[in-house]
Amino acid sequence: MRDPLGRPPALLLVPAAIATGLLVVPLVAMVAATDWAGLPDELRSEPLREALWLSLTTATAAALICLVLGLPLAWVLARVDFRFRGALRALVSVPLVLPPVVAGVALRTTFGRRGLLGEPILDLTGFSFPFTTWGVVLSHVFVSLPFVVIAVEGAFRAAGREYDAAAATLGASRWTAFRRVTVPLAFPGIMAGLVLGWARALGEFGATITFNGNYPGTTQVMPNLIYVTRQSDQDAALALSLVMLLVSVGVLLALRDRWLGTP
Amino acid sequence: MPHSLTTGLLPVLILVLPGVAACSGDGDEATIQILAAASLTEAYTALAEDFEADHSGVEVELLLGSSTDLAGTVADEAPGDVLATADETSMQVAVDAGVTAADPVVFAANEMVIVTAPGDPEGIESLADLADVTWVRCADDVPCGRVALSLLEGAEVTAEPVSLEVDVKATIEKVTAGEADAGLVYASDAVAAGQDVESVPIEGAEEFPAVYYIAPLSQSVDSELAADWIELVTSDEGLEALDAAGFSAP
Amino acid sequence: MSGLDVDLRVPGRVVARFSLEPGEVLAVIGPNGAGKSSLVHALAGLVPAEGSAVADGTDLLSQSAREREVGLVFQQQLLFPHLTALANVAFGPRARGVSRADAEARGQEWLDRFGVSDLARRKPRELSGGQAQRVAIARALATQPKLLLLDEPLTGLDVKVAMALRIELGRHLASYDGVTLLITHHAIDALTVADRVLVLDNGTVAQIGTPEEVSQRPRTEHVARLVGLNVVRDGDTLVSFTPEAVAISLDEPVGSPRLRWQGRVEDVAPHGDAVRVLVRADPDLIADVTPAAATELDLTPGREVWLSVKETAVRRYRWDAEQPGTVAP
Repeated sequence: MRDPLGRPPALLLVPAAIATGLLVVPLVAMVAATDWAGLPDELRSEPLREALWLSLTTATAAALICLVLGLPLAWVLARVDFRFRGALRALVSVPLVLPPVVAGVALRTTFGRRGLLGEPILDLTGFSFPFTTWGVVLSHVFVSLPFVVIAVEGAFRAAGREYDAAAATLGASRWTAFRRVTVPLAFPGIMAGLVLGWARALGEFGATITFNGNYPGTTQVMPNLIYVTRQSDQDAALALSLVMLLVSVGVLLALRDRWLGTP
Repeated sequence: MPHSLTTGLLPVLILVLPGVAACSGDGDEATIQILAAASLTEAYTALAEDFEADHSGVEVELLLGSSTDLAGTVADEAPGDVLATADETSMQVAVDAGVTAADPVVFAANEMVIVTAPGDPEGIESLADLADVTWVRCADDVPCGRVALSLLEGAEVTAEPVSLEVDVKATIEKVTAGEADAGLVYASDAVAAGQDVESVPIEGAEEFPAVYYIAPLSQSVDSELAADWIELVTSDEGLEALDAAGFSAP
Repeated sequence: MSGLDVDLRVPGRVVARFSLEPGEVLAVIGPNGAGKSSLVHALAGLVPAEGSAVADGTDLLSQSAREREVGLVFQQQLLFPHLTALANVAFGPRARGVSRADAEARGQEWLDRFGVSDLARRKPRELSGGQAQRVAIARALATQPKLLLLDEPLTGLDVKVAMALRIELGRHLASYDGVTLLITHHAIDALTVADRVLVLDNGTVAQIGTPEEVSQRPRTEHVARLVGLNVVRDGDTLVSFTPEAVAISLDEPVGSPRLRWQGRVEDVAPHGDAVRVLVRADPDLIADVTPAAATELDLTPGREVWLSVKETAVRRYRWDAEQPGTVAP
């Protein structure tokens, strides 16, 4: 069916094709270079299963925590007028631009054994975040939260304050309006933010390796495993990378139509 | 028509020009490129100065990194004159790829030590003491990890570390940052860290040293210069510099 | 039920003082920007206001929006898109603590009353304009408010749909105990549904009275236009006359100098059997002429003409200084 507005201009199509190529070709190359015959053996390896499981569970836990913490923050940024709102919004975005290793150092200075909060926590409870799975979740939350907050804030803004006003005239408290009107209307945006945050957590490397270390079963998530394997066995590393790629793409595809609502 | 032509050319020009600018001439200086394991940083930097003093007009370019990565790039025929690795496996990669111009020679050894916070507050004296503290070592897949494993097995120590770091730099960093009480690294790393750590020798470490190999490369632009460098490294002067950096004799 | 005593001000937007009897329907008319929406939103609590608005002994302005028992039907309906029509209508009662079952039963009753019970399970985007408006009104009434505010409920609807809804609305409002304010652009709403009419102009109350008073003795050009009259100030009296009474000529006419104006033709359009001409003069005036006369005089936009009217054809009335709302802001 011919587009009634005319053919898409070449000046737009060519860069679009280049962009597509840049994104797709490296992935295709990776698939092509993999030793498919050896893949089943790789899949059975214990380190892979451990790392994959750890990656999936920590990313999911982090995404849920981001939801619980991020949704209210996003609501405050979208709906409450206060003086330092702009500054707060900028602060929330900082982990986005922070190099992951720097994020790891920041986490360590705060939650490390001698950290600002880490030391008192260690003295009080005997618990320390570095080298633990909860530490991994913490790193993931730190890097993913900005994604979730920004996406959800956008969704809340789009959902429109008018509906909040309508709810108020009908006698709803702000909390009721939040539960029954704002959140349902912003739902696709919230889900998109959640998926973004989850994906970011899944791929996180710099912060986790700096702050949490690397130990199979506890803190060795997929990116860590791929990095160390690469030092000795390039083929195995490639196979692991492919597994991670397939899992990530699989989850994103499964969620895309159901929740993200894009055609 | 002309308008769209120029707007079409402009992005092309912008892409091409930096490439043109990068192809600047080297001038009259000769350059020798040494690809070396990162642990050789201090020793080789010192030797580079001596080399440049002895060979006027020659600039020494040190490309430092992980032995595995470096061996991989020279095997792919990246430019370089000399390759120096921290283990045999990496050098073998280069040999198998046929890029070594002569047989590799051993020029240094690196023994593993335990590093702790200055003053050794936990009182660690041997590998067995690691059982009571938070300690780290290199991952199994990395050369320093393999060495550590051999030592631990040899000493029949079963204590597990809290983390398997991706390289010695990360390992020692955990100790200097105070997150780990002890780490297993090379003597050269302990020397490089200076006052930030205390070094505790390991009994029997000399039985499982990291062995350093050096070889000239077939893609070298000046094989004479490459040979000169290897001669310097294996000479008494070279051994002195390596010793000062914490390495032991081959 | 109680009446409503309003004496409020939204700074920079509107000042209004008036009182309504229980069950009264007040039409609020005026040009765009006159402050109609501001007044209604202030009563609903969505816009801050000073002063008081007392209903049933309580000053609405001292309460938050959700505390006030006010029902507001928005111009764009604002039905919750993710809820069914029934859930929308049940929203208010549920928010006020009624159980879900009771709220839905009440909601269904209201939908029945508006004749849209079979739309209960439909989402707002599946409703036509008229249906959505009915659901919106039902939603507001389901909370049993003391005060019902309707912001241009018939604007944007199909003519036939609007006519039907107007009749229904009149019926519902007749049986509704509380006070109703109805913002409208249609003279016919003001004339048929309302008990009284409030005219806002430039943020103040220009006139308040029964529909007959306002349409026969309009004090503002806006209302005059609305009801199709010309209104001119002559000292401290107002002079109104119909378009048919106006004579157009190309030469200066004889007769009373005070009832003659010179101006330029702005617009010419058919109006029933006649041709209505809008002339830019001081003030703007409308005149109805026969099609033959329009052709003979060559009445096209830009033409300079003279307008005049006989004294016997005008109605004179005084500008009443006691009008509520003319208190200085």
